[in-house]
Amino acid sequence: MPAREVVVGSRIGLHGRPAAIVVKTAQAQSVTVRISVPEKPPVDARSIIAVLSLGAHGGDTVTIEADGEGADAALDAMAEVLAKDLDADA
Amino acid sequence: MQMPEDMNGLGVSPGRTAGPVYSMGGPPVLPDAVPEPGADEAARASEALAYVSSSLDELAGSVSGEAAEVLATQAMMAADPTLADAVAAKVAGGRPAAWAITDAIGEQQEQFRSLGGYFAERAADLADLRDRAVAWLLDVPMPGLPHPGVPFVLSADDLSPADTALLDSSVLAIVTRRGGPTSHTAILARSRGLPAVVSCPGILEVPDGTPVSVDGTTGVVAPVTPTEAAEIQVSGAAEREQAAAFTGPGRTSDGHAVPLLLNVGGAADVTPDPEGVGLFRTEFLFLGRTAAPPVAEQETAYRAVFEAVGEGRKVVLRTLDAGADKPLPFLGLAAEENPALGVRGLRTARVRPQVLSEQLEAVARAANATGVDAWVMAPMVATAAEAAEFASLVYKAGLQTAGVMIEVPAAALHARQILASVDFVSIGTNDLSQYTMAADRMNGELADLLDPWQPAVLQLVATVADAGRDLNKPVGICGEAAGDPLLALVFAGMGITTLSMSAPSVPAVRAALATHTLADCQRLADLALNAADASSARKAVTGR
Repeated sequence: MPAREVVVGSRIGLHGRPAAIVVKTAQAQSVTVRISVPEKPPVDARSIIAVLSLGAHGGDTVTIEADGEGADAALDAMAEVLAKDLDADA
Repeated sequence: MQMPEDMNGLGVSPGRTAGPVYSMGGPPVLPDAVPEPGADEAARASEALAYVSSSLDELAGSVSGEAAEVLATQAMMAADPTLADAVAAKVAGGRPAAWAITDAIGEQQEQFRSLGGYFAERAADLADLRDRAVAWLLDVPMPGLPHPGVPFVLSADDLSPADTALLDSSVLAIVTRRGGPTSHTAILARSRGLPAVVSCPGILEVPDGTPVSVDGTTGVVAPVTPTEAAEIQVSGAAEREQAAAFTGPGRTSDGHAVPLLLNVGGAADVTPDPEGVGLFRTEFLFLGRTAAPPVAEQETAYRAVFEAVGEGRKVVLRTLDAGADKPLPFLGLAAEENPALGVRGLRTARVRPQVLSEQLEAVARAANATGVDAWVMAPMVATAAEAAEFASLVYKAGLQTAGVMIEVPAAALHARQILASVDFVSIGTNDLSQYTMAADRMNGELADLLDPWQPAVLQLVATVADAGRDLNKPVGICGEAAGDPLLALVFAGMGITTLSMSAPSVPAVRAALATHTLADCQRLADLALNAADASSARKAVTGR
């Protein structure tokens, strides 16, 4: 299954605005994207509660994975938003 | 209906006004007896969550900025598949819809809380969702802000950030049963210029629609007639206008200068009106980081603030104030039983001296590049030796003016020895109160002990002011108390040299000083210092 490792670019971590943007991006994909942090099972990136439960801080490495047609494009899109500092313009 | 009597709380945001009280809707309470689940509990549970999600989306559409984002994210949580699955599992286990939602959210809250910090705060968002869903299912009124259709005084147990985000211009003043001078309610009210009283025990017993007057300076909330309410609204607005009419540097009516400075956390907080910055908190640069920010990045951030303040003007920068209660992963601090008394403030330099030396280097570069009058102070200093060591680091970095915060009673008692080895001190009244009264700042139940009018705390402030006068060195105040116009007079009377506060507090403090002589201030300081307790100190000074 295609998978990538991405360093969370949002300094405040995956909550607030960054978490919402990541979840919306996942919801816009044609395939299910799952996201995980070390020592926790992967979760559905379309669930804001599941993404918050990762407790990912800025600079943490997360793994994203997807399967099926369009998986690579979905991972590209997710990797892009995850690596950005999404709170920078707040 | 019995008319309530005058009530006394803590005035935390100055100003007078009056209007009918309307209370925040409380959370719905589940009946003790769990009913037999009906056949449609699963459908009802999803209907309730869908209703909450769409109503929050609708609310989000009616506001803008941060409030809209907070609400849209909350709407997203209500529509969340993970939550829906958890609720469905509870219903399958035999729980009726309202109980299923309560249980599922309770478990999710535990998970958020175990993550700590910002993640833990999301537990409150879930509680709000639960209350809305349960209110819909039990068919009881929704919790939340009242909308009486007239300007009103908002009463509540306490306010959440989401509640405060939705406050509109129909709110005249805020009165809460809980909360202290540094509570979320107090900070919000001051930033909006709304009169506010917290820790007012009787307020929730006042029936909706009862007209009351609110004095955010004295903390008195009193029932009035509708005619009186209208008069007070007019005179209160006139007082605010009058306060705004005083301009220029802070000084007493007989010309004794008490410069008014700002407390800021970034360039956006800097306004041109006051005479500089009395507290620049630098934590924003460090929060949520996995490594200390590089010197160049810090320099850029400090320059932004220094440039906003302007060449030649004064900025008092506080070095990193972190600890186990405000953890920063890169400091590698151990968890502590009692973080308020642990390795925090300057003490973190014992374990990570490089973080402090790099910060001072960045400050020095930014100060040289911008030409501001940069003063640097360390938080959480307890001894003269710590103060002397910090000062030597500041000078070594090429900065001219070194000082320390006085937040620990030991430092206040030894102010003379501390001032001998630094150029200035600044009193942080919030922590000084917490440590002097042995009362946790975050514990709303102890708000009376944290009243900044506690004579023991004022006595320590006076001790520091005396030491400053004898050694001819500046003694400022940068806690929330400096923004209270009456306490500002008391402090000026003690010989405090500068007062630093958030921008909305400046006009009322400036007006208070401008209408009193230094001798008046000294008399008020004597009255406050000689009072038996906090409320008589306040009464003696207000003349009530």
